[in-house]
Amino acid sequence: MEKIKKGVRLENISKIYQDPKTGKDFYAVHDTSLTIEPGSFVTLLGPSGCGKTTTLRMIAGFESPDEGEIYLGDEPINELTPNKRDTAMVFQSYALLPHYNVFDNVAYGLKLRKVSKEEIHERVMSILKLVELEGMEGRMTNQLSGGQQQRVALARALVIEPSVLLFDEPLSNLDAKLRVSMRTEIRRIQQEVGITAIYVTHDQSEAMALSDNIIIMNKGVVAQMGTPQEIYYHPNSEFVADFIGEANFLKGKLIDFEGKSALDINGTPVVIERREGMENGKEYTIVLRPEAATLSENKGLPCKVVLSCFMGSYQNYHVMVGDTLVKLAENNPKNKRIFAVGENCFIDFEAGSVHVL
Amino acid sequence: MNKRQSAVLDRKKLMADPIMVTTIVVLITFLTLFILYPLAMLLVDSFISDNGFSFDIFKRIFEMPSFTKAITNTLKVGFLVGIASALIGLLFAYVEVYVRMNKFVGGLFKVVSMLPVVSPPFVLSLSMIMLFGKAGIITRFLLGIYDNSVYGFWGIVIVQTLTFFPVCYMMLKGLLKNIDPSLEEAARDMGASRMKVFTSVTLPLMLPGIGNAFLVTFIESIADFANPMIIGGSYDTLATTIYLQITGAYDKSGAAAMAVVLLCITLAMFAVQKYYLEAKTAATLTGKASRGRMLIEDKSVKVPLTILCSLAAGFVILMYICVPIGSFFPTWGYKFFPLTGKWFKLVFTRYHGFKAFKDSFILSLISAPVTALLSMIISYLVVKRKFKAKGFIEAVSMLAMAVPGTVLGVGYIRGFSGGIFHTGFLQGIYGTGLILVIVFVVRSLPTGTRSGISALRQIDKSIEESAYDMGADSFKVFMTVTLPLIKDSFLSGLVTAFVRSITAISAIILLVTPQFLLITVQINEFAEKGSYSLACAFATILIIITYGAVLLMNVFIKHFGTSKQIKEDN
Repeated sequence: MEKIKKGVRLENISKIYQDPKTGKDFYAVHDTSLTIEPGSFVTLLGPSGCGKTTTLRMIAGFESPDEGEIYLGDEPINELTPNKRDTAMVFQSYALLPHYNVFDNVAYGLKLRKVSKEEIHERVMSILKLVELEGMEGRMTNQLSGGQQQRVALARALVIEPSVLLFDEPLSNLDAKLRVSMRTEIRRIQQEVGITAIYVTHDQSEAMALSDNIIIMNKGVVAQMGTPQEIYYHPNSEFVADFIGEANFLKGKLIDFEGKSALDINGTPVVIERREGMENGKEYTIVLRPEAATLSENKGLPCKVVLSCFMGSYQNYHVMVGDTLVKLAENNPKNKRIFAVGENCFIDFEAGSVHVL
Repeated sequence: MNKRQSAVLDRKKLMADPIMVTTIVVLITFLTLFILYPLAMLLVDSFISDNGFSFDIFKRIFEMPSFTKAITNTLKVGFLVGIASALIGLLFAYVEVYVRMNKFVGGLFKVVSMLPVVSPPFVLSLSMIMLFGKAGIITRFLLGIYDNSVYGFWGIVIVQTLTFFPVCYMMLKGLLKNIDPSLEEAARDMGASRMKVFTSVTLPLMLPGIGNAFLVTFIESIADFANPMIIGGSYDTLATTIYLQITGAYDKSGAAAMAVVLLCITLAMFAVQKYYLEAKTAATLTGKASRGRMLIEDKSVKVPLTILCSLAAGFVILMYICVPIGSFFPTWGYKFFPLTGKWFKLVFTRYHGFKAFKDSFILSLISAPVTALLSMIISYLVVKRKFKAKGFIEAVSMLAMAVPGTVLGVGYIRGFSGGIFHTGFLQGIYGTGLILVIVFVVRSLPTGTRSGISALRQIDKSIEESAYDMGADSFKVFMTVTLPLIKDSFLSGLVTAFVRSITAISAIILLVTPQFLLITVQINEFAEKGSYSLACAFATILIIITYGAVLLMNVFIKHFGTSKQIKEDN
């Protein structure tokens, strides 16, 4: 596949829809600019209705943007119809052609491109090998399992060697176990082919497992963009922190404490890493991941246990810090001190393991 | 907020697809020229006379006692037929869905639902006369009544009810099947009796659907031409009055104005049915039945209902059988034996039967594929694509459903006999086979479109999108994906269009010229003259043709239909 890889650029893209109930117009996507590097795997992640699928469908050409321009490589593609765009999409419902068998489904795009019969055969077979569906080419699509159907859909998109591969929640119709194995598969194939991929999902673990970069969308705008690590450890808003993984939020005023900076949380100074531009006396929120803290008998933030539950690989705690519920996960609880419901104790964590919003 | 950019882009994308644009333009031209334009001409003709725009013509027709009488006649008949058909239809539907029936009764039900589809429109009028008329087998020979008159109000009501109730039955059956049995089980569980469940749960849920069935039949009855023509006697309805106004009184502007009145009535009812009742039916009956229903086995319910329905079904079947049998009697009403084939012989020797069948057959055979393809294209555009003129295309093809054949026929006479706008342009098509084919197409288009739309709605939008995304243009998508997926619907649309065309009469009878002999027109003529045996012979052959076509279709679908396994999969 000796093809120049292309990236995708969105410049100030907006899409306006009409609310079917009220008849009012609203922005499904609002003034969004994105740059997706050639060869990278980028996930659009967000709750339903956040504009991620609309963005993907605009890139594919099914929807037209109301503002802005979309570029594939350096070429503006706003006016191109989906069939003229060098993109291929893998649909949530697989969207295989039910009257064709596996081979014909995969060959469909090649036949439209008037590729010779021998070449079609060769390319289809090699792509079926890549998605591990050798020997299935004669089957009708309804004789395949969900996972196999999704592989056919993927093969069909890959075989035309598009510049960009688009995924619209491709795994959401599969059961949990298959989802996990398919996403490793998709990542492997994408890396093997080296294609630019844009992947829409609402499942954050899928996004983490797959992506070079995650774009989190909320209410039509990009909330944050970054590597999975950046987004997990340094979310820029409560929304992002809450959407990616579990997060506890604790608020307090910034004070100086023993020569360091700390937040005054319910009267207890909690040392944090000071960022530039932070002002003493102002209220800040820290993001505390459940696994980033442990319960201690004597040091840290005072709290009271309201739930203590053994989960095997970890002990699940719910504790109250003042009026705030904090969820904690104590990993590998064997041989550790287990706190019972009603006990008063302390939440202990390092300044480096929390993130200040 | 400004949505202009997407509108501009969508238009540019559409324009990049020349086949699609051409198709849309051709469609719009066709619909405008052959549906909107003739109807518009009716308006023009009825409002504009020698002294400019006026209501004179309407004043004139409303002063005719025969016309006002026809309006009340039509509404009276329609109302009664609507109610009777909806009730009988409900009874049949209820028994089929709720009561355990044995195979034989089930078979009877199937036959009853099939018969109106394959039979020419006036078969029941013929058999009504033959069974209950002055020389009727039942009235005269079994009961010894010599002066029974079937002509007139009751004749029309009975015949139309028997013709249309199977349609209600099929409609209501679909709705009853959609009622989740657990709703009724819940009511039973609370202690309601079966009767109480029916009146407090089933019936209220079905009410909009029953109203819908009533109105659909009402419209059908009002638009019906053939039955009032044959069995109405001196009892004229709007459709027959219009026909006589044009063929008898040569009053074209008067007929046009009457057609406008008839059209207004059907349009108003169609609007209520389409936009009010259909939406309501869909709103109350959205749920799919979650599981099978416990059928009623209780003998006190089962036996009387089954007997009642079997008798009714038996009667309907008897009426239909009477026509082919009648064509074998030497002289209907006087001499029954020995059975003879002389009427069939006469049909083919003296009465140009061969030409009649050839003409009808060929014209229908041409119009069927055109109709089927056109309705699939319209359904595809309406369901799967978005563009500006879509609303227009959908509205006009639905409008055609509400236009009675007689109205369309008068519109064509006024619209095309002197060419478009009386300019002589396209005058050449008037009186040719082409205009008959066009009428056939327009008359069957709404049914085909409706079934196409519902078939396409079942198909996941992303299947076509994926083909489009792979690089196929609209034409390729339609040919390689859409059409193969709705093959069954296309095939049945093909046969329905054929059957509807070959049995059509209302619009055609106004437009046909002596160079074409159509079977239905022949049947009508012989029935008018009282030559029932000949009419029966013609009708029998027609039934054989249509039934053969339906059988052929079923065989085709069984062997070549792919959609079955696809449906099972989804």
